[in-house]
Amino acid sequence: MNVAVAVYDVKQDAFAPASEAGPAPKRVVVGFGFWVFLLSDIVMFSALFAAYAVLVHATAGGPAGPQLFNQVSVAIQTACLLASSYTCGLMSLAVSAQRRLDTYRFAFVTFALGAAFLALEIREFAGMIASGAAPQTSAFLSAYFTVVGCHGLHVTAGLIWLAVMMAQVAIKGFRPAVDRRLLCFALFWHALDIIWVWLFIAVYLMGVLP
Amino acid sequence: MNLLGKLTWSAIPFDQPIIMGASGGVVLVIMAILGWVTLKGYVPYLWREWITSVDHKRIGVMYIVLGLIMLLRGFADAIMMRSQQAIAAGGAQGYLPPEHFDQIFSAHGTIMIFFVAMPLVIGLMNFAVPLQLGIRDVAFPTLNSVSLWLTASGILLTNVSLAVGEFAKTGWVAYPPLSELQFSPGVGVDYYLWSLQISGIGTLLTGINFVTTILKIRAPGMSYMRMPVFCWTALASNLMIVAVFPILTATFAMLLLDRYLGFHFFTVDAGGNAMMYVNLFWMWGHPEVYILVLPAFGIFSEVAATFSGKPLFGYRSMVAATMAICVLSLTVWLHHFFTMGASANVNAVFGIASMIIGVPTGVKIFNWMFTMYGGRIRFSVPVLWTIGFMVTFVLGGLTGVLLAVPPVDWQVHNSAFLVAHFHHVIIPGVIFGVFAGYIYWFPKAFGFILDERWGRRAFWCWFIGFHVAFMPIYVVGLMGMTRRLQHYDVVSWQPWLVVAAAGVAVIFAGIVCQIVQLVVSIRQREKLRDVTGDPWNGRTLEWSTASPPPAWNFAVLPRVAERDAFWAHKVRAKHGQLAQAREYKSIEVPKNTLTGFVNAFFAVVIGFALIWHIWWMAALGAIGAFVTFLAFAFREQDEVEMTAETIARFNRAHPTEVAL
Amino acid sequence: MTDAPYDLAPGEVSIFGRAARMAASGVGIYTIGLVLAVILTATSFWVANTSLLWALGVPMGLVVLAIAQMGVHLVFFLHITTAPDNTNNVLALAFGVLIVFLVVVGSLWIMTDLNTNMMQSAEQMNLMRP
Repeated sequence: MNVAVAVYDVKQDAFAPASEAGPAPKRVVVGFGFWVFLLSDIVMFSALFAAYAVLVHATAGGPAGPQLFNQVSVAIQTACLLASSYTCGLMSLAVSAQRRLDTYRFAFVTFALGAAFLALEIREFAGMIASGAAPQTSAFLSAYFTVVGCHGLHVTAGLIWLAVMMAQVAIKGFRPAVDRRLLCFALFWHALDIIWVWLFIAVYLMGVLP
Repeated sequence: MNLLGKLTWSAIPFDQPIIMGASGGVVLVIMAILGWVTLKGYVPYLWREWITSVDHKRIGVMYIVLGLIMLLRGFADAIMMRSQQAIAAGGAQGYLPPEHFDQIFSAHGTIMIFFVAMPLVIGLMNFAVPLQLGIRDVAFPTLNSVSLWLTASGILLTNVSLAVGEFAKTGWVAYPPLSELQFSPGVGVDYYLWSLQISGIGTLLTGINFVTTILKIRAPGMSYMRMPVFCWTALASNLMIVAVFPILTATFAMLLLDRYLGFHFFTVDAGGNAMMYVNLFWMWGHPEVYILVLPAFGIFSEVAATFSGKPLFGYRSMVAATMAICVLSLTVWLHHFFTMGASANVNAVFGIASMIIGVPTGVKIFNWMFTMYGGRIRFSVPVLWTIGFMVTFVLGGLTGVLLAVPPVDWQVHNSAFLVAHFHHVIIPGVIFGVFAGYIYWFPKAFGFILDERWGRRAFWCWFIGFHVAFMPIYVVGLMGMTRRLQHYDVVSWQPWLVVAAAGVAVIFAGIVCQIVQLVVSIRQREKLRDVTGDPWNGRTLEWSTASPPPAWNFAVLPRVAERDAFWAHKVRAKHGQLAQAREYKSIEVPKNTLTGFVNAFFAVVIGFALIWHIWWMAALGAIGAFVTFLAFAFREQDEVEMTAETIARFNRAHPTEVAL
Repeated sequence: MTDAPYDLAPGEVSIFGRAARMAASGVGIYTIGLVLAVILTATSFWVANTSLLWALGVPMGLVVLAIAQMGVHLVFFLHITTAPDNTNNVLALAFGVLIVFLVVVGSLWIMTDLNTNMMQSAEQMNLMRP
């Protein structure tokens, strides 16, 4: 909506470009701001990932990728996260159509799949630590646990956020503010899946190459 | 399991008189101020109008207050270092033992960069950018408040380290392995890391806020090429904040993991690579200095144009130069560690890049000169700061281009020459720019201009004092003196260092002049009152509002049709082309909230607890922060309505030069 | 209102082009995205484990597959397109990609160079390929 305030007799172009249309609607502002935040988060991951890439061979005589990484577990984790991204998308559709029950359903499935991902990851970490491959063992392991663990922490934060959002939907309904926050959550969740794509390919798959 | 972690009474350095005196003095001053404020009954006002405020103007002022106060602390560190070096020659040991001196130079750098320069620059951007864009507030006002108070948390933690525990002794850069637990087992490095992690979150949020604001919220008609140049430099600076602060966060996180959980990112054993820290740190560190200096360049652009009575020369090349610096600053970071063993190829690439980055800055200097050429220049105090900057910064930049040549750098890396260089660019660049902006926008913020006489005296003291303080440092650097020396044996350096100490005294006189200026101006504020809202015959939209502007900034968002929008309005007003009648509508203003302040309180709790290994306290702090966040997320009312009546009444009481 | 070309929030479906036609059956976009992502994931696992490909080309192949899958996510889940109402979002993404590239490639280049140049003995710095 063009907030065309005619202060002068200046001829106004009804089809002014977006850059001249005045303040953008709140949904656009919030969405873009969150997008910028996500990009900053991805930069943080890239720094952690750069550290991993530099330290990947610094195994200090300890175990390396091929001895540690379980491809089956990684495949299941990837499937869980990818599926949860899909169900999150379906949840977004339910939100924009204001279908409350569907929103709860898809949110629940997304949550469950995310929790499954986390459970598998924690099991993997615990197994590695128990077998003597702790982060304190070598620089490679420090970097591995940090970059993958940071992603896991983000997933955890996302699950907490999802739970809070469902409480908000229950209490406040589909208010514009709640809508905007759900849009942000969807962006977050999809971005986490993108980061996982890079993690499972560059850390796990490349890590087991001969 | 000790309930208070590592914290015991021995954390307070009762046996060090200087520290006890300083801490005692600070505590007394703080109690006195708090006492006075409470007794005078100002607390409700401060709480309502400032602490819980989400108004960008109030937040901007508070940032600047924080920065100016920390300038005093950082400058005290400088006085101590210069006086120590002036006397500790040959047999004399000076009055500061090495363990103390090391903390002083580390604190000096940390405070000046993170808690003086950043808050001052961010404060000025906060105050001016929304007004210049012709809008009511930034994109995320509550987030803005959170950012401010998180910065305050970092400041508080760093200052607590003076009395409780110690600060880092590693320099402001905190390279491992010295900063690892093995070689820095005390809490100093932890204070450093947690203070900066906390305030770093605040800064990142500011970056996101301003990028979104500048790209998505501008007055109708204000396309990108009609924005004031200060907004362009703010955009570039905030884009860089978003790009590089996460790198710092990650780097500090890795060092924290090494220190707290025994990881091996940067340790000397188990495959750690300390150089990776250096690499990542400077990937943040170099863009950081451009984050600081670009907005200062923007201020100089505004001041040059306004006080020359001409539009800025070469607007488009200014914008191009700004965005070029934004990108190029991300490609030069290795010049901070030329000597650390990279091959000639790598050094050469970064050396060339470091020379190329001087070109856009040169373009800017020429644009400022051509702006002033042919104009009717009013030699106001902001113009003095601008010309002082231009003359000084160019020379400092030249020493930078010199250092960009790897073979030269190999001779003077980490010598006093380097120290002189970076002060030679940061002080005229950032500090002079901030002071120019402070004088320039003070009347808009408070409704009266600052006393001119004391302003001039302050400038000349700073300008002369800076040169007397730092030119000798180049000389001793070339004579072989390294940086951070608590004591030295080469007695021939001493005369130069004595001159440098004298220079610091002159700068001190400058700071005194600035304090006097403030006191005098407040006393004479009725005489210095800015009635029209446009004390400088300005060109940009902030001058179209009352001084100070109301909470909603503009009753009606201005319709912008060209660059220097306010100047164009004034020209039209002269030719009687303004529309007359107007109907006021009510405006929704973001609601005040204590989220920022309370969240920051919990941040301090978490930080302090983690530093001293008081795990239960850290957990409580985290829960508190989460609850605060939930309370904000579930609040019912987001905004407060300013009725049309209120707006009309304000406008009647404050008729501005050009009624919009 | 629809004429005013405001930019889109990231994650919203563009009013331009094919995306608009498919917006009605929103599930379609997500389903296609899922199928493509599954195919790319399965291919990645196969590439990493097969002996049918030239070994030195496998890492490059994996990177290409990763980029492709990232693209699938961006287009089908995040609705990032090249439409004019999405320009800000695309530019921001491009900026982010630039930073990531500089951080990762820059670090790898500098650190390998440092270590090659400063190599004293194979035991001292554990960055040689075993």
